[in-house]
Amino acid sequence: MKRLLSIAVSALALSAAPAMAQDVVITNARLVLGDGGAPIEGGTVIVDDGKVVFAGRATPGQTFETDVLIDAGGAWVTPGLFATVTSLGLADVSAVDESNDITARGSPFSAALDASTAINPVSEHIKVHRAAGITRAATTTLPTGSIFAGQGAIIDLDGDANAVMQARAFQMINLGEGGGDRAGGSRVAAYALLSAALREAQALVGKAGVPETTEIGKGDRVLLTRFDAEALVPVVTGRQKLYVGVDRAADIRAVLGLKTQYPKLDLVLVGVTEGWLVADAIAAAGVPVIANGLTDLPETFEQLGATQSNAGRMAQAGVKVAINAATMQNPRRLQQVAGNLVALTRMPGASGMDWGKAFAAISSVPADISGMGGKAGVLKPGALGDVVLWDGDPLEAGSVPTRVFIGGVEQNLESHQTGLRDRYRVLDESVRPEAYDW
Amino acid sequence: MHSHVKLRAPMGVFATLVSALALTACATTGTAGDTAKADAMDKRAKEFAATPAGEPVFASTYKPYPNIATALTGATIYDGRGGKIENGTVLFNGGKIVAVGGPDTPIPADIAVFDGTGKFVTPGIIDIHSHLGDYPSPGVEAHSDGNEATSPTTPEVWAEHSVWPQDPGFSRALANGGITALQILPGSANLMGGRSVTLKNVPARTVQGMKFPGAPYGFKMACGENPKRVYGGRGRAPSTRMGNFAVNRDTWLDAIDYANDDKAKRDLGKETLVGVLKGDILVHNHCYRADEMALVMDMAKEMGYKVSAFHHAVEAYKIGDLLRENDVCSAIWADWYGFKMESYDGILENAAFLQREGACVVIHSDDQDDIQRLNQEAAKAQAAGLRLGIDISDATVIQWITYNAAKAMGIEDMTGSLEIGKMADVVLWNGDPLSVYTRPEKVWVDGALMYDALNRKTRPVSDFELGQPGAGDVK
Repeated sequence: MKRLLSIAVSALALSAAPAMAQDVVITNARLVLGDGGAPIEGGTVIVDDGKVVFAGRATPGQTFETDVLIDAGGAWVTPGLFATVTSLGLADVSAVDESNDITARGSPFSAALDASTAINPVSEHIKVHRAAGITRAATTTLPTGSIFAGQGAIIDLDGDANAVMQARAFQMINLGEGGGDRAGGSRVAAYALLSAALREAQALVGKAGVPETTEIGKGDRVLLTRFDAEALVPVVTGRQKLYVGVDRAADIRAVLGLKTQYPKLDLVLVGVTEGWLVADAIAAAGVPVIANGLTDLPETFEQLGATQSNAGRMAQAGVKVAINAATMQNPRRLQQVAGNLVALTRMPGASGMDWGKAFAAISSVPADISGMGGKAGVLKPGALGDVVLWDGDPLEAGSVPTRVFIGGVEQNLESHQTGLRDRYRVLDESVRPEAYDW
Repeated sequence: MHSHVKLRAPMGVFATLVSALALTACATTGTAGDTAKADAMDKRAKEFAATPAGEPVFASTYKPYPNIATALTGATIYDGRGGKIENGTVLFNGGKIVAVGGPDTPIPADIAVFDGTGKFVTPGIIDIHSHLGDYPSPGVEAHSDGNEATSPTTPEVWAEHSVWPQDPGFSRALANGGITALQILPGSANLMGGRSVTLKNVPARTVQGMKFPGAPYGFKMACGENPKRVYGGRGRAPSTRMGNFAVNRDTWLDAIDYANDDKAKRDLGKETLVGVLKGDILVHNHCYRADEMALVMDMAKEMGYKVSAFHHAVEAYKIGDLLRENDVCSAIWADWYGFKMESYDGILENAAFLQREGACVVIHSDDQDDIQRLNQEAAKAQAAGLRLGIDISDATVIQWITYNAAKAMGIEDMTGSLEIGKMADVVLWNGDPLSVYTRPEKVWVDGALMYDALNRKTRPVSDFELGQPGAGDVK
């Protein structure tokens, strides 16, 4: 039942049935909109039927009907974080092969792989990352037998039956050392394979001769099947984004050059360790980047120029930069990495991001790159009702959410980890073994 | 998710060459009484003789770099042993700490004074678990020198023989992490991975130029999935956890026989094992699961050695009482979990629960990136405790990455805390070291300024990086 509440004044919070989109009003927040701006003191967020209808400093006297009224008491309130690129929902334990759908060893298929077919909405990793404030994510298989990783999905982390918001949202390939290795031991081979695959995809839509390839392989490895070529049709026609894993400056230039031959490609660069060396070219091409945030070691020869200032320098050059979750120990470190980019602004000679832009790099910017611009990672009218209340500065490594709403629905933040936490909070087997403590 | 399985998990133990005293050798160096044998040895060894077991080999050539008397004033000081001084002063001279106190601490004339107002001072950060140099950057196959995965027990290998001093990772650990000392361990493919080595984090042309003078060696061991997977996959023992224990126990029994056999021929592996039995070499045991740690502690009792620390002890929180009673440290991550079966029960509260039980906590990295942020990892673990009402002071949390690491590595009498007479391994932070917004501003090793964020020439650049993109850049 809704009641008319004045949001400018404190009022009773009404409990409501869980797992239904509620109307929620949060007042007295240190409010972060996610748009790159600074936090707003005394902010208010209003979520109506699962969507944000207001976020900002409320006008006195403004009223709104709501189920739930939360006085944040000055706490930080932000949009949900948007994690990209991840494999959330595709593995229970990555080293336990049978639980791992991230890599399809032994499959002849590559580009045709469709991550949306196997997302487990109640995966422990989804629960753990929901409790870390991540409400939406891009998730994908990874390249294994060929340069093509397959088609990634955009998911929500609310644990209901439908995690997939958009299936086949993007195709991902690697055109660096990893791609060269998988294509047969050379970047040159990777480009030949890409060229053959895209020609075949164009032929399938009547744009480049007759489709003739049934399969490209070497030994017992299949690099491209007819079904993979078909899966690349939306890529070559620009209807599906193409995420390209690439690190070396020369490789970045080569990838940007693909637009000359394939003007419809909707490119997104991923990794981009040496992006700062070619930042102007990336900016001029208008290609967004999902960058490794803190990579600063030449772990490979394609990362010789690695520096933590990479993201900041690219952003300064006008590149749209989101932080890549793929190279972290786990994606819940997004906030810590963004916080480190803020730290760099205090270091002589380094480039980082101010607080608002660093937060945007893990919220609205990755959402925008993922085709969710204005819908996710941001609090503004019309956006999805993903709202997170925090126990401290959201970019401090130790901060965690106290409450998480996804699409206006308050989320359960429990998991296997919280069960263990609660059991071992006190070591006491004087009466019964710990196994009875649950 | 992070999907690769780390073979280079933590394991080993090391011991750095200590003075001649430390490794007096395998039990064969008998007491006197055996002149006949000595004579025979003399005859045999007349023309050709190796340096006798127990005498320093590959000895440290590290000497403190030139330093000047220095005062840090007006800073918040965490002394590494749980103490905190507001508006504090630290003085060091001749490479040693000479005073630690409040604002009234007398400051001698002719001393370099750095105003630490608004800044923080800690002992140099110590990483008990690193593979820098053994698995350096670039991480190409030609550089993969951390696992001698050709036998489940390789106590004869020494990590220092794999360390590439030009690994750019050392400089990142110094500049971004304030790391002044670190233990380089062999990987965890083997039950017994070999000796570790403790290094001063200073650039050097040779590993001897980094070896921490007087640090004991460590010995890396590993339980669980890695050894049984690596060797079981080759159709040989161990292929199970029970196989892990059987191979370990047989190996220890052989070492005990060797120790008791005056006539035994020198054996490098057994010399290391005997060093462990004598307490000269400290055991660092990679072990995730609580039940396995309990078994290892019993195996150690059976064979007569002690485990100094369990590394990657993801489930240590389940047996904090046992670990306290056995005086074994837990070297752990803050938030790694779920990447392999034995890490499935990882929780953020691990460190806080151990601290609550009075057990020894060390935060470690096992990673060329996390070593640059051990302070932030410690902060995460602290915050998880506070949420449950376990309020661990900032000063105690700093102890996790300084004194406690030093203690488990056997160097706590030399470094790991700001106490008079100890090495002047010191970090000046540009803010609260437990905040994500803070970085080291200056790092001193033995009183020598080895990194200064305000002076770009005080930034080490490895040979590998010279002439390459970004050489000398901020990293």
